[in-house]
Amino acid sequence: MTAAIIKIDKISKSFGVLKVLDDLSMQVRPGEKLALIGPSGSGKTTILRILMTLEQIDGGHIEIEGEQLYHMPKNRSGLVPADERHLAKMRQKIGMVFQLFNLFPHKSVIDNVTLAPRLTKHVSRPDAEKRAMELLDMVGMADKAKNMPAQLSGGQKQRVAIARALALSPKIMLFDEVTSALDPELVEEVLNVMRKLAAETDTTMLLVTHEMGFARDFADRVLFFDRGKIVEEGTPTEIFSNPKQERTQAFLKKIIAAGHRV
Amino acid sequence: MEWDWQFVWQIMPTLLEGFKITIIATLLGSVLAAIVGMVFAVLRRSPNPYVARPVGLVAEFIRGTPLLVQLYFLFYVLPSAGILLSPLVAGVIGLGLHYGTYTAEVYRGGIDNVPRGQWEAAKACNLNPVQTWVHVIMPQAIPPMIPALANYFIAMFKETPLLSAITVLELMNQARSIANTNYRYIEPMTMVGVFFLTVSIVSVFGLRWLERRYGRVER
Repeated sequence: MTAAIIKIDKISKSFGVLKVLDDLSMQVRPGEKLALIGPSGSGKTTILRILMTLEQIDGGHIEIEGEQLYHMPKNRSGLVPADERHLAKMRQKIGMVFQLFNLFPHKSVIDNVTLAPRLTKHVSRPDAEKRAMELLDMVGMADKAKNMPAQLSGGQKQRVAIARALALSPKIMLFDEVTSALDPELVEEVLNVMRKLAAETDTTMLLVTHEMGFARDFADRVLFFDRGKIVEEGTPTEIFSNPKQERTQAFLKKIIAAGHRV
Repeated sequence: MEWDWQFVWQIMPTLLEGFKITIIATLLGSVLAAIVGMVFAVLRRSPNPYVARPVGLVAEFIRGTPLLVQLYFLFYVLPSAGILLSPLVAGVIGLGLHYGTYTAEVYRGGIDNVPRGQWEAAKACNLNPVQTWVHVIMPQAIPPMIPALANYFIAMFKETPLLSAITVLELMNQARSIANTNYRYIEPMTMVGVFFLTVSIVSVFGLRWLERRYGRVER
């Protein structure tokens, strides 16, 4: 087995008195497609946000490609909290797609995609635009490159957001309920882009999702979260067809009752 | 007392001279207020309390004292500390600082209206704080607040006669010196009112246009 690309070691996180993550450990292999499922408030989104450094951890350690995310080595005395420069370096490895797209509304589609490479990697405008057009082509949005985000449907916005996150060539992509805000008929076009991304690249993908059908075909491994802990993990078949834990069974039953495909 | 058109034409060049200074003071003051307001607003949001708190106190202090007192301070008190400012420079600094504390509140509102997701997207794109402000937050925060900013600039314009207290030869000061030498107040003072009214009316139309242009934001 190859070394883990993400190694989460006993992290905890509270919002006030609410403990969202409780001494949580997990590992992700390079290229793995990992689905995080569970009831809302179970901590699955918080993990993605912590990996993107949008939330700080209260305790524990995270390693990305063998390097500490929130800590830096200091001489022989051990680890110290990471400074902004270290965090910026680590963030290059990670891209994130949000539930509400969060496109920059004042920038055209192509400028949304080129902004980060041009500013953070000092790529020239022609080079950045060439790469952006390739990415927009991949997500099927090349013909809308000059449009403003307000002129796009939710599904189109989300596809642009995926292209924007890919523009920095991250090793790890985080998808935070990327289809939850979409009208049902627009969900499939976004899922297709993710399938294509998985087929064409070896990007490690972590997705928090309520699309159980998609998680089942797409993921190599599924983690079921409840109350800040991983209750059960396994292959999609193990989790969806033969869940061992009572809480997993109850959750899946509720999801099916709510009309989701499994 | 009778209205004398001949006298009006005779004093017109001097009044226009003063009007020019009034306009210059307003424009420079507006630019300074726009910059000062942005700086105050951004610094007050600093995560470092040793930056945010003092800036907040300074802003409250400036807003809590009259502009006229500040102008006297800049022009008559600072020289005793070795800082000599020309009347116009002192006036522009006074207007810019004073109104900057008000525009800072406008910026604050504009910045608060930018959704949290934009900050997060900027971070996920690995932009540093300066890039985030310049390329993501400010371009979204500023357009909706342009009408409110313009409103303060119009208010500032109408307060420029205060600058006559520190010997700036703006419109009001010129009109008063004409009146004092000729012992005629009706024409110069009326003309001052006409000048201000004309600009104000034009500004109101400009403001309406700005509101139509920038009042609504697309998301």
